[in-house]
Amino acid sequence: MSTTVDEMSRRTGAMSSAELSGERESRATVGDVTVANPRMVCRDVDVWYGAKQAIKGVSLDIGKNEVVSMIGPSGCGKSTFLRCLNRMNDTIDGCRVTGSIQLDGQDIYDKGLDPVPLRAQVGMVFQKPNPFPKSIYENVAYGARIHGLTNNKAELDELVSASLQKAGLWNEVKDRLDQPGTGLSGGQQQRLCIARTIAVSPEVILMDEPCSALDPIATAIIEELIDELRANYSIAIVTHSMQQAARVSQRTAYFHLGDLIEVGETNQIFTNPKHRLTEDYITGRFG
Amino acid sequence: MNPSTLLIVLLGLMAFAYHFGRKRAISAAGGVARLNTLHSLPAYYGLYAALWAGIPALLLMGLWVGFQNEILITIVKSELPPEILDGMSSGQIGLIVNDIKNLASGTIVSGVVTPEMQAAADRYTQLDQIARWAMWLAVLAVAVAGMGYAWAKTKPTMRARNRVETIFMVILVIFSSIAILTTLGIILSVLFESLLFFKSVSPLEFFFGTLWSPQTALRADQVGASGAFGAVPLFTGTLMVSAIAMLVAVPIGLMSAIYLSEYAPRRVRSYAKPTLEVLAGVPTVVYGFFAALTVAPVIRELGISLGLDVASESALAAGLVMGIMIIPFVSSLSEDVINAVPQAMRDGSYALGATQSETIRRVIIPAALPGIVGGILLAVSRAIGETMIVVMAAGLAANLTANPLDSVTTVTVQIVTLLTGDQEFDSPKTMAAFALGLTLFVVTLTLNVIALQIVRKYREQYE
Repeated sequence: MSTTVDEMSRRTGAMSSAELSGERESRATVGDVTVANPRMVCRDVDVWYGAKQAIKGVSLDIGKNEVVSMIGPSGCGKSTFLRCLNRMNDTIDGCRVTGSIQLDGQDIYDKGLDPVPLRAQVGMVFQKPNPFPKSIYENVAYGARIHGLTNNKAELDELVSASLQKAGLWNEVKDRLDQPGTGLSGGQQQRLCIARTIAVSPEVILMDEPCSALDPIATAIIEELIDELRANYSIAIVTHSMQQAARVSQRTAYFHLGDLIEVGETNQIFTNPKHRLTEDYITGRFG
Repeated sequence: MNPSTLLIVLLGLMAFAYHFGRKRAISAAGGVARLNTLHSLPAYYGLYAALWAGIPALLLMGLWVGFQNEILITIVKSELPPEILDGMSSGQIGLIVNDIKNLASGTIVSGVVTPEMQAAADRYTQLDQIARWAMWLAVLAVAVAGMGYAWAKTKPTMRARNRVETIFMVILVIFSSIAILTTLGIILSVLFESLLFFKSVSPLEFFFGTLWSPQTALRADQVGASGAFGAVPLFTGTLMVSAIAMLVAVPIGLMSAIYLSEYAPRRVRSYAKPTLEVLAGVPTVVYGFFAALTVAPVIRELGISLGLDVASESALAAGLVMGIMIIPFVSSLSEDVINAVPQAMRDGSYALGATQSETIRRVIIPAALPGIVGGILLAVSRAIGETMIVVMAAGLAANLTANPLDSVTTVTVQIVTLLTGDQEFDSPKTMAAFALGLTLFVVTLTLNVIALQIVRKYREQYE
């Protein structure tokens, strides 16, 4: 089963209503898209769903040990862009990506590159917690089993407990690892999904609105976790909450109708936006 | 002056009642402009009147048609000279009553027509005429009375909408209880006949005996006079044919379901799925002669060329063809549950670097497994109850064997052979069919209940 072109174009169709009438100003990206120490380098990325262009020439770097947040109104293409970074868009019929996206200097859209191991290097956490209908232990061990990361049961046990500890879930579940992951609360499930992602030792973690289905307390715990994870991973997070972007990220990218409008230090974007569209959005004039 | 004319008249009356009920409601409200003072829309007052005109009258008519004959016969019988009925058995009285009715309607009677009987027949005809007229009058009177009641009740404050909806709910309840009561009736009838059977044959012999030879003799000097009712060969035969069928249907059905739901491009799926489902639309009798005339000879020749002894009617042939028939069952039920596994599960697995086949094996199939098992159990109960294919392809010989190349017989085949043709309905031979039917029913019901339970439990998981 894969999402159809129709569905996707319906989703992206929402953006035309958000389009501001009146003068069209430059859609060229304002601010510096590069960083000194990049993990991923994206240049001139275009994405089409069938005949509909969802991303228009986006260039953006994701640095080592930084959290980049992507904000923008619904249908602006931020989730689509995120899904390009681990080639999850491959599962959508009729989706086409051009331009270059490199991970540690290697083009991930290279013809000879297998997207399957790539997704182990670039992990992903989804909007809605989606633990497998298996035990907590098996959820975390899933990736390790597939990739043969451990040689014996003791190593696997070690990996599972280490991953759960890093995700801040260990103390809550250590006595019930054999119980179904679906039985946890929403926030716990999301941390389980993060633990599952960490267990395959990715370099980059993509998060697609990871807190939008959670209550404020669970959200605060996850945000704290994201800040801790920065020490070891590069993180790209899509969020609808500008407060969240301000709290967790070092750099912020503002997307609008498939264009990357402005990139900069999070502080600068929220206090002193340079592009009018960015300013309109963060001051709540639309979006 | 027959009841169907009355029915049409009654329907006309109901239409009339609807129209005037509506009119009455509008005028009671004080005209079209003041309709908002009515509790309900005028149409509901019309319906209310129509239902009052129709339902009591229809009920009365139903009762009348149902009991008129009974009552007339009682009257006629009581007026017969008592010496005629003296010392007669109930069967003989029934015969006389029949003769009187035949005489009245002008058809041939069984005995000599006596003047008493002619008088009784004339009396019956006369009473019948009266009763018909009386029914017309009574039914129409009730209809008009109902209309009048609704007319008197129609006030702006009457909650016509609620009342009409209550009436409709009651009607729905009645109809659904008809379905349930029918099922109950079938079960009870099979149960009572089975109990009769178990009076002459002990359940111990039936459930554990290994010899099945249901031919009972009409006369004591006939061959095979005793009859043996050990049903074990039938159960093992059924089991073997169903097992072969499931061995065919489950792998093919499941694999095609996985291909269609996970791998097939949209275009392929749009052609392949209906084509697969055509298999479910083939009449079982066609499968039957396909099995008997095409598959069985092929298996036999193949067996002979391999030096095996194959019966011309083999469990294998019947099982193979039955398996093909069940494929769409397994595949479409499995496909439904596989599609019901949320896309988020697939995304989660892909995002961890799993391939498509790893995702299917490790996430989708385990998640869908309860539903798939439920689907398979439903298919099993279908296989056990299937009749036509085995009648034509499996044979009649009740062999207790584990060899699929042998001819076996199944429970359903034996029920068919026990009950087709002219049969006496009080011998253990025919009663045995009910006992077999009851056993079959209990088995498939149990399987269905378990299957539905499993499927439902699975559905709850993702809601």
